[in-house]
Amino acid sequence: MSVYTLEIDGREVGARPGETILAVAREHQIEIPTLCSLEGLSTVGACRLCLTEVEGASRLLPACTTAVAEGMRVRTQSERIARYRRGILELLFAERNHQCAVCVSNGHCDLQALATSLGMDHVRVPYRDPLLSVDASHERFALDHNRCVLCTRCVRVCDEIEGAHTWDVAGRGIGSWIVSDLADPWGESSSCTGCGKCVQVCPTGALFEKGKAIGEMTKRTAFVPMLQHMRGRRR
Amino acid sequence: MRPRLATLWLDGCSGCHMSLLDLDERLLEIIRDFELVYSPLLDVKEYPNAVDIALVEGAVSTEADRRRIQIVRERTRILVSFGDCAVTGNVPALRNRIGIDAVLAVYETPPTREVPMLLPVFPVHQVVAVDHWLPGCPPSPDAIFEVLRALLEQRAPAPSGVRFGS
Repeated sequence: MSVYTLEIDGREVGARPGETILAVAREHQIEIPTLCSLEGLSTVGACRLCLTEVEGASRLLPACTTAVAEGMRVRTQSERIARYRRGILELLFAERNHQCAVCVSNGHCDLQALATSLGMDHVRVPYRDPLLSVDASHERFALDHNRCVLCTRCVRVCDEIEGAHTWDVAGRGIGSWIVSDLADPWGESSSCTGCGKCVQVCPTGALFEKGKAIGEMTKRTAFVPMLQHMRGRRR
Repeated sequence: MRPRLATLWLDGCSGCHMSLLDLDERLLEIIRDFELVYSPLLDVKEYPNAVDIALVEGAVSTEADRRRIQIVRERTRILVSFGDCAVTGNVPALRNRIGIDAVLAVYETPPTREVPMLLPVFPVHQVVAVDHWLPGCPPSPDAIFEVLRALLEQRAPAPSGVRFGS
């Protein structure tokens, strides 16, 4: 098996062909912020927070979908990258209604944590304040579209791990939203198994368990790569 | 001369001011190092001139808020958005998605003269220029202390552990 040698933030690292910049960076404890990416799920490159500079490329490339190459030189931190990441985060906060103070995921939210780690202390664009619904028709769980960032982790875990494909994205652009079955109420879904995997992988308070207090609404995602691993071995 | 400090309470719950009071014994340092010239904690009716630092709690959500914050901006050197409502609109801004008419629909006859006219809710920096932002619902006493110390020492505030929400 051949091995590529490349440079990330001035460090020389080895990588296997087919690996992504993000995977190699993580193997070498180089932190790259992510939101839509989750170990064990397919990658979609939706959130763009993992943008990196690759020498020779004029635009920034997402670390999660960019495969490594021999002699590649990658920078994961720069003034330009920080500016883009912060801008992306501000747009995410402005797009829907993210009031951390009254959210069940306060303190356990990837979006909230990213604002802190990327130093985003205010949003420069106007808030859109869209009027969005909450689907609380499911017996145990609820979906609050106000807090959804359209990362599609729920769609992917339901399709790729649970095999139910209850969730999908309807609409286009700014009008996109997560739907269960054919945009039916979640509680009436004939495909949903009620497993709750979507709730566990949701990075914000968009998907949550009913009756849980803020302190209890911690999410666990470690099962995703474990299940993938076990199934891979069985095949 | 001690810097002249003002604190302001627009559309917020006063929780940020409660957190300010939670500085406890460090309040003595604040009072020693700053001259508190305007605040809900003082009985001063009119916003004074030549204020050095103003901590503004709350979002801009009425015509009166808008007039007040414009006067504050004119008379203040350094304006700090103090807490989530000032920084993001936060809970007061929840009404933006349904509109003011829906809010006033709870009244048989909506009040017109007795209370200030409601506006769509804005974060402070979308109405006047803001120099520093301190998120948090509320910001922790340590973060408030760091911001005030930094401004006193004329350096950039670097409060740690700051986050939206509580």
